[in-house]
Amino acid sequence: MSGISERLSKTVRGLPPSGIRRFFDLANQMQDVISLGVGEPDFVTPWHVREASVYALERGYTSYTANSGMLELRREISRYLQKFDLDYDPETEILVTVGGSEAIDLALRTLLEPGDEVLIPEPTYVSYKPCTVLAGGVPIDVPTVGKDDFRLTVNNLVPRIGHRTKALIMSFPNNPTGAVMGEDDVRGIAKLANERDFFVVSDEIYAELSYAGRHHSIAAQPGMKERTVLISGFSKAYAMTGWRVGYVAGPRDVMQELLKIHQYTILCAPIMGQMAALEALQNGAAERDRMVESYNQRRRLIVGGLRRIGLECHEPNGAFYAFPSIQATGLNSEEFAEGLLKEGRVAVVPGRVFGGSGEGYIRASYATSVEQIERALERIDRFVNARMLQRV
Amino acid sequence: METSKRDAILKILHQNGRLSTETIATMVGESTEAVKQAIKEMEDERIILRYSATINWERVKTERVTAVIDVKVTPQREVGFDAIAERVYRFAEVKSVTLMSGAFDLQVVVEGDDIREIARFVSERLSTIEHVISTTTHFLLKTYKSDGVIFDDNEHDRRLVVTP
Repeated sequence: MSGISERLSKTVRGLPPSGIRRFFDLANQMQDVISLGVGEPDFVTPWHVREASVYALERGYTSYTANSGMLELRREISRYLQKFDLDYDPETEILVTVGGSEAIDLALRTLLEPGDEVLIPEPTYVSYKPCTVLAGGVPIDVPTVGKDDFRLTVNNLVPRIGHRTKALIMSFPNNPTGAVMGEDDVRGIAKLANERDFFVVSDEIYAELSYAGRHHSIAAQPGMKERTVLISGFSKAYAMTGWRVGYVAGPRDVMQELLKIHQYTILCAPIMGQMAALEALQNGAAERDRMVESYNQRRRLIVGGLRRIGLECHEPNGAFYAFPSIQATGLNSEEFAEGLLKEGRVAVVPGRVFGGSGEGYIRASYATSVEQIERALERIDRFVNARMLQRV
Repeated sequence: METSKRDAILKILHQNGRLSTETIATMVGESTEAVKQAIKEMEDERIILRYSATINWERVKTERVTAVIDVKVTPQREVGFDAIAERVYRFAEVKSVTLMSGAFDLQVVVEGDDIREIARFVSERLSTIEHVISTTTHFLLKTYKSDGVIFDDNEHDRRLVVTP
């Protein structure tokens, strides 16, 4: 067939290739690389969760489940969400998905009409813009900046709201910046959403990984449950990335429509993953908290280390990423990351990958051992010092 | 320093006794001086007894033999089990002594060059101590996990180098 490419979907062809992919290919070819480039926990899923899943398989749990997921699991999710002052009916307001990723896609496809605008705070997780485009929406960048610790502010949002604004995608604690939103921050955004009448898609997958006080969900603010689609899952808090189990919670009217897409495209999340998630929610709190404490210690180590090297680094109070500025080196983020990889043998992700607002920064994941972090910091120190000397 | 911080320091040291005081201080969010002080205090209070390595001796060419011995004793007036325990733990070949609930009283771990040496220890030293009623000796064949460390762990990092 000739000219195959031109006959394929313009929308899909128009999507930019993932910037992370290039770095993966580069880093993958090299030996002796310490990776601070990984967006997932370094823990293996706790044994009790794995064991429960194996037992479920032995007992023959291999069928479909209800489209929305096992009711028992939805009940546990509903109970769990109460800790963030959220109240969702397991029968009609919660849906188990194939990871948070599916939930993002479902939410956007349910909310958007062609041409609807979606406010996307930058730096942003790599999926939000492409998923918006695929759902027929128009992504509108909302830059967040280092001097605000990369929190989303009302002042950043207001100038970008227009008559086609349908939704805002919020993602705190944030990947890649590690930023969190305090209660006042969340209240301000909620007030604006109510006044200007837009939906909020709130991706709270890192909620458990909050190191400066408890996580505040925007869905708990007055008037917000009706206009929020809440996304979360088990990948980060319970070290269960490969299981692909997440969930979405929202008001009944939204969930009814959202369920249809899930029904026709996915049918249901895999039962093995659901059984594992059930065990994690029922008996996994102690292990989860132990992992969170361990991230917190390593967080202090990497942030302290980066600052000692002379890289400006805001306090990342959530997730497992530090997001230091590399502007002092005179390099842009791609040059820095590539140079550090080739000369210093440390893999980080250039901030540019997360949108224009990420330029001048790099994402360094601290979900790796203390020894590896210390070794990586030594290498970064050598690399940065050599750059600084060249500049003098 | 608050108790939770002291606990955190202990857990870190228990995991890796070779981390520098500076590193530990950064990890728990305290000054190096404060952490140095806290460690000194815990050493003085004999909370921290020593810094050692966890070694898989089975990987080293040694022929040492380890036995776990269940010991039943008659507790003594006023001193209970403590006096008998002391008479046991003073022997150099005894690695650990623990008072247990259940079917026996003291669990004694003994190390020796071969089975005969341990047999001799049990029959000539341990059984002859006054108030020792009976002993049951179990020889260790293989250690899979000790003090939280899995000896032959094949769960290495399987993650991709760079992911979103």
